[in-house]
Amino acid sequence: MTAALHTQDLGKRYRGRWALRGCTLTVPPGRVAGLVGPNGAGKSTLLQLAVGLLRPSAGTVEVLGGPPAHDPEQLARVGYVAQDTPVYAALSVREHLRFGAWLNPRWDNELAGRRIAQLDLDPGQRAGKLSGGQRAQLALTLALAKRPGLLILDEPVASLDPLARREFLRHLMEAVAEHEVSVLLSSHLVTDLERVCDYLIVLAAGHVQVTGEVEQLLATHHRLTGPRRDPAAMPGGQQVIEASHTDRQSTLIVRSEGPIHDPAWTVGQLSLEDVVLAYMGQANCAGQASRSGLEAVR
Amino acid sequence: MIEFHLDSRSGVAPYLQLIQQVRHALRLGLLREGDQLPTVKDAVARLAINPNTVLKAYRELEYEGLAAARPGVGTFVTRTLSDASLPAHGPLRQDLRRWLARARQAGLDDESIEALFMSTFRAAAGEDVA
Repeated sequence: MTAALHTQDLGKRYRGRWALRGCTLTVPPGRVAGLVGPNGAGKSTLLQLAVGLLRPSAGTVEVLGGPPAHDPEQLARVGYVAQDTPVYAALSVREHLRFGAWLNPRWDNELAGRRIAQLDLDPGQRAGKLSGGQRAQLALTLALAKRPGLLILDEPVASLDPLARREFLRHLMEAVAEHEVSVLLSSHLVTDLERVCDYLIVLAAGHVQVTGEVEQLLATHHRLTGPRRDPAAMPGGQQVIEASHTDRQSTLIVRSEGPIHDPAWTVGQLSLEDVVLAYMGQANCAGQASRSGLEAVR
Repeated sequence: MIEFHLDSRSGVAPYLQLIQQVRHALRLGLLREGDQLPTVKDAVARLAINPNTVLKAYRELEYEGLAAARPGVGTFVTRTLSDASLPAHGPLRQDLRRWLARARQAGLDDESIEALFMSTFRAAAGEDVA
């Protein structure tokens, strides 16, 4: 089966600065993949490369088996909702749908109309007068009515209140259940994505920190607490992501495919948020280390 | 028909929570043979969760022989979980009450009782596995 997204050593440089570098990943089809990372991590850059709004400075990117926005066929297969779910303020809801029908060869007018009715949106209403939640739902409707094979959403719920956020994700998941569309969505809050994603990409400081099935990530990461120990002396196959120590105790976050047998450790479960934060912390430390390395060279 | 809910702080994987809720409803007689389970679309729309989570729970229930999918229609309960151990519950509860009373007499507070029970329970479960 063709991957929803595949990148190989992908990079993007703005003037002298790399916003994204050495990004290699594969998102299998049929997933709801979450792209998480702090602000400025390169999330929007990666999504815009996948949509074809940006061209790579290095490496390659493919969506649904082809280069992004390569031809009209490929354009029609990818739906994109940009950050802050932009719509045309002066156009009415009805005009948005007409516009969508005119621009998109595979437009599903029945789906669009049904969703607008379901959302209780007034077709005559100008988009500029809609609430944030309604605007996001309108943008989602337009993207879904394209009948894309891959739907890409950049921070779709960031500016929504909790109720609108929940509503938006409910409608998105309903669409996934109904239309078998692959989804790639970003957020700087992993808690927004925890229930909806089955695949996760953690991006920090322009680099991919970890990627994989959510269930697999949860099953292979453990919190170990026990008597103080040097994290460098852990057995092979146990990768230390995060370590903190007091004079007597060590607390480690460890990635291990197999179970932890050492009886000295108390093994605890991690939430998805714990795992993500550990990787972000690791990226932060690596960044500081490389910067201080540069200082030393000077 | 039952409605699913999710406890995000329980630490139990969402698909397992769905399975537990179906089993629970079967035990209590809220679900019977032939009843339909919520469609994937309905469950997803209600809980705002990934459809694969619901599909995984239903596959597991099918594997256990508790439910069966009818393509294009939905998933239906195929077996009742009438609990044969039900008559034994009363006497066991009596024993547990007596044990709890003894624990309190010995000076254990709620937290100590729970810790003792859980550690013994886990140790026993571990021995059974080994």
